Amino acid sequence: MDMTAAVAEPIASDQPLLRVQDLDKHFGPVQALFHVNLDLPSGKVTALCGDNGAGKTVLTKCVAGIYQADHGEFFWEGRPVHIHNARDASRLGIETVYQDLALADNLDIVQNMFLGRERLRTGLLDEDAMERAASETLSSLRVTTVRSIRQPVASLSGGQRQSVAVAKAVMWNSKLVIMDEPTAALGVVQTKMVLDLIRRLRDKGLAVMVISHNLNDVFEVADRIAVMYLGRLVVQDAATKFDRQSVVEYMTTGGFGRSGGRPAKES
Amino acid sequence: MADPLKKAELTGNAAADLTAAAPEAAVAELPPEVVAQSLGEYVRAYVARIRAGESGVLPVIGAMVAIVIVFQAISPNNVYLSPGNLVNLFQQSAVFMVLAMAEGFALILGEIDLSIGFVGACGAAITVQLVQPATTNWPWPLAIVAGLVFCLAFGAIQGLLITRLHLPSFIVTLAGYLVANGLFLKILLFGPFSGYPNLIGQSDNLHTIYNLMWGTIDPIVSWVGAAVVVAGLGAFIWLSDSRRRKSGLVAPPASLTLIKIAVIAVVAIVVVGICNLNRGVLIVQEGVPWVIPIVLAVLGVWTVLLQRTKYGRYVYAIGGNPEAARRAGINLSVVRTTAFMLCSFTAGIGLLLYASLLNGMSNNVQAGYYVLYAVAAAVIGGTSLMGGRGKPLHGVLGGLVIGAIYNGMYLLQLSFEWQFIVTGLVLLAAIIIDAVSRRGSASGSVTRV
Repeated sequence: MDMTAAVAEPIASDQPLLRVQDLDKHFGPVQALFHVNLDLPSGKVTALCGDNGAGKTVLTKCVAGIYQADHGEFFWEGRPVHIHNARDASRLGIETVYQDLALADNLDIVQNMFLGRERLRTGLLDEDAMERAASETLSSLRVTTVRSIRQPVASLSGGQRQSVAVAKAVMWNSKLVIMDEPTAALGVVQTKMVLDLIRRLRDKGLAVMVISHNLNDVFEVADRIAVMYLGRLVVQDAATKFDRQSVVEYMTTGGFGRSGGRPAKES
Repeated sequence: MADPLKKAELTGNAAADLTAAAPEAAVAELPPEVVAQSLGEYVRAYVARIRAGESGVLPVIGAMVAIVIVFQAISPNNVYLSPGNLVNLFQQSAVFMVLAMAEGFALILGEIDLSIGFVGACGAAITVQLVQPATTNWPWPLAIVAGLVFCLAFGAIQGLLITRLHLPSFIVTLAGYLVANGLFLKILLFGPFSGYPNLIGQSDNLHTIYNLMWGTIDPIVSWVGAAVVVAGLGAFIWLSDSRRRKSGLVAPPASLTLIKIAVIAVVAIVVVGICNLNRGVLIVQEGVPWVIPIVLAVLGVWTVLLQRTKYGRYVYAIGGNPEAARRAGINLSVVRTTAFMLCSFTAGIGLLLYASLLNGMSNNVQAGYYVLYAVAAAVIGGTSLMGGRGKPLHGVLGGLVIGAIYNGMYLLQLSFEWQFIVTGLVLLAAIIIDAVSRRGSASGSVTRV
């Protein structure tokens, strides 16, 4: 083993930031996840693909602590951890940006970014400190198209809202950012803006998991691709090992080069 | 963050987009003070906002001017703008102002509270009953506390029903309205007052409750007090704005800060000046009524609570997007329930002032349609019925408009039938204003999503 390299980057080289092992989840009689294994390394964008109902969202919610898995383990930086609720997840440094973004339109950017974690001074809101911190985070992500960080979120474009939601997620020293369909509702320019933002998160050393249907975006931004099919994680590997056709085949059949697919459970 | 606009230009194509799509609408939703670097820009941003339907306080001022002109012209002997009547108008408006601030808590959440008129009336009736020398003869502070505690409790029950059982606030508070109406009539019947406990008498306790509305402050003390308040508020606004300007945070231009302070000073001088004119007919009667500092205190405390505390921030967040608030870890039930409690509590203060204005409590109290006035006042002032938008100051401005109408009708001695009709039309006008301004901003956001 190369000790010097291990000292320089002990986690990134050895362990993924988060390893999900043998995750099972069922809702009543419906088995949503079967023995899912997934690695999310730091400094890499992992794209999670799959058809509707493949279990992407359930997997995401298990990682984010919204759902509790029936079986399975999480290893955070190599240590086994339990994620029982959203608070556990955010304590570890997992932040999720949901498709609906969860921003309050009537509040301004700063107020949204600090919602629920306001800074106080002598019992009252410390607006100056919050505005400074929010502005630092936004400029570190090079989100500069907003005219003023005191404008209400209602006045922002779709891409800007996505940026605010991401900035809100990374402000808390998060290490893993999960984004659910970040480009689904966006036009071409805005999509480019969000993809640039995702690359910047990766360059800052964060692990990013992007759920997407859009293979253009996946191949543009992902370093690794994982594909789910009917609750199973059928493949995960470097993005260079895939092409568009193979991803589509994994998504639709659960396998590659074997027409019909492995788990022949289609009804 | 030296110059965000410059940076935006440098990032090039990604920046070219966003406001270009719908510049008019995008400008319209920005509060002018967050984009303006100078007074000229502020004025332009403000005009753009008005064009797009985000009118701010302008309709209030417009409505106020129109009402004053009309009633001054048609009031008997043109007494509308006489000092005596203006002080009357302030006193009557005070009730609407406080009730509108009360309703604001429910409206900002995106709910409504129809019960506040009679819940507040119950609280006020309890206070008036408890200070009666012939029966309980409680000291006035205790009697007031008892009345307000009743309001808090009533609000808590309604709030719990709404949040825990997920019942619509409209129906719960409509039921609360009827229950409180019945309780109110019951409370009136206690004691040997034939349902009309009043504040006439020698007791200090009676006198203090009466003075809430009718007591006056010595003119010299009023001037000094007003000067202290304006100086304090002005210094606070100036210092915090200039501190933000210095540290590069978003702040209005210095000229705008000065205008704001000047407006406050002018309002204070006009109000105190009018109140300090002799408005007596036979005897000298002058000075600022106690009720004005009382309303200002309510305004100040609720403004700090809503604008400067976590709790207030959460009230707005729930009104804007309850799901976002829930995911941010905010306890929705607790915030909502306490908001309904504060709503009823504030209504208790409002109706106590009303009891003082009427010199007692009786079944003539029109608490039922005071609720409608309260909603109308809040909405006319700029609070949205759809939640998430509104300030205590809006309640005060809207309350003044409603008070101006009410006072004018009173001078014209309009019959009850007409008062009902006018009340209904005013409420309708208020929600039309709200709907139109919302449509302006809603269509704006559609073009950009």
